[in-house]
Amino acid sequence: MVAVYERSYQNATKVTRKANPFGFDPIFAALSKAAAITVLVLLAGIMASMIYGGWPAFREFGLGFLTGTQWDTMNDKYGGLPAIVGTLSTALIAMVIGVPLSIGTAIYLTQLAPAWFKRPVGTAVELLAAVPSIIYGMWGLFVFVPLFAAYFQVPVSQVVEGMPIVGTILYARSPSGLGILSAGIILAFMIVPFIASLTRDMLDQIPTVLRESAYGVGCTTWEVVRHVLLPQAGVSIVGAIMLGLGRALGETMAVTFVIGNANRLSPSIMDPGSTIASRIASEFNEALGMQMNALIGLGCVLFFVTFVVLVIARILVSRVKQY
Amino acid sequence: MSDANAAPQGKIKWGRVRQSRRISDKLLRVFATTSTMLAVFVLFWILGMLIWKGGQGISVDLFTKITPGPGSQGGGLLNAIVGSIVLTFLGIAIATPIGVMAGTYLAEYGKGSKLADLVRFINDILLSAPSILIGLFVYVILVMPFQGYSGWAGSVALAIIALPVIVRTTEDMLRLVPNSLREAGAALGAPPSIVIRQISWRAAKAGIVTGILLALARIAGETAPLLFTALNNSFWFNWNLTGGISNLPVTIYAFASAPYDNWQQLAWAGALLITGAILALSIGARSLLNRK
Repeated sequence: MVAVYERSYQNATKVTRKANPFGFDPIFAALSKAAAITVLVLLAGIMASMIYGGWPAFREFGLGFLTGTQWDTMNDKYGGLPAIVGTLSTALIAMVIGVPLSIGTAIYLTQLAPAWFKRPVGTAVELLAAVPSIIYGMWGLFVFVPLFAAYFQVPVSQVVEGMPIVGTILYARSPSGLGILSAGIILAFMIVPFIASLTRDMLDQIPTVLRESAYGVGCTTWEVVRHVLLPQAGVSIVGAIMLGLGRALGETMAVTFVIGNANRLSPSIMDPGSTIASRIASEFNEALGMQMNALIGLGCVLFFVTFVVLVIARILVSRVKQY
Repeated sequence: MSDANAAPQGKIKWGRVRQSRRISDKLLRVFATTSTMLAVFVLFWILGMLIWKGGQGISVDLFTKITPGPGSQGGGLLNAIVGSIVLTFLGIAIATPIGVMAGTYLAEYGKGSKLADLVRFINDILLSAPSILIGLFVYVILVMPFQGYSGWAGSVALAIIALPVIVRTTEDMLRLVPNSLREAGAALGAPPSIVIRQISWRAAKAGIVTGILLALARIAGETAPLLFTALNNSFWFNWNLTGGISNLPVTIYAFASAPYDNWQQLAWAGALLITGAILALSIGARSLLNRK
């Protein structure tokens, strides 16, 4: 019976309904594909325009563009080292302060907060991430920096003055409150909500059974966090931290307000400095010729650094989500 | 029972929990609670500062007069507010069709395809790319060749920042639509484009709108990319959007760092307006999503 049916089925005239090649359907499919490709074109375009715009500076100064310390608009000599160092050191400070705070916040939100309290606090943390960076900059400049100068920089400078190493790193020659450290602290506050809400989502994904069985054999909250939650979510938390790092490296407005925009390299983190982004934001509109190329060249450096960081971050985050 | 109560509390250690374990647990609790409180405290500190300093500057003039010249009295932010609204909505108007279509491709057409994986990955990177680089990019492609700042360049920069947000949420929301709905549509003989438009999009409508609102909140306060695309302008703008366009973020940036009291007052008022609008948008988007 089956055989007869199959044979008759094979003999039947094939009903092939090809979509009309000039109808709306293929056009719609092509449009959506084109839109998706636009995303690729945009990133390639950003990369290409950075290289194109920065090329004259790279050709002129070679490797010296990365290692040179002078930024001389009179003689058209440009070296990006102070800005590159400033970018890396503010991001590092932001990480050192921000990462423990964000993981603490995520642990509170997932493990410790009473159920009725989770929603409002979680929303508050997410809203902190939505506050535009220029507002952080104004808060930093007008509220945080004066307090920081009066209650941290001045006393600390007095204490560490003359000490070896510590005296160099923490001594403020002009305790105005502006500087690398202030920028790093503001950046830390900006990335905390970002890393915290990502980490919270990852901790929430860990099966409750694991947590409950650890509590069941008598673990304390610290032991559950240390030996169950962090190993489980470890790789993806590192991914979240890298995403935060990507944000800290490229953050512009808040840093421009509080970093002091000095073009020199200083051994002290209390002194004013500049980052790549703040240098571009404060100089670009007056820049001409080689200075503009040098600024775009710095942008190119920033692009490749953040690109590598973000690629690693996304690989780490996605690898864990798949299980 | 009475025996247990009578036993002196100090001699019998509660359970057999070592002191060090209890201390480390306590430390974690204190640390986690403190860091959360710190984050919440900073939010309220910033909001309080904005309301305190910006609230004094809220007046009818703010919405009816254009930005004053340096050192002069009075004036408002009318041109900056209108300029910002125009730039932001133009940005969203450019980004929405491309973003929704790209998200549709990722969720509906590109299942398992290499191209879709690549687009998804690159989109995630674009999502967190520094916004100042997007400003530089638009400067190189739109401002340099045409020899001038323009509102168009500004809104294209904002559109590039909004695009990945819309792509991402559209894809996520379309993936939540049950496949049986699509199959039912296909069984009735509807071609893919009609299934997508009439079934998937309709089912995911609230989610897609949420994504667009989130993108709107994201670009409304963006300053860095506007610095060298739309620039700024202290006059009423011309409607063909050529030349510098006054907009709130760049005006706030310029006014906040200027030495005039009147300008600083306006900057605070503008900061309050923009933050209020963004927080309202984010809360609105969130409640729209939760209502479903």
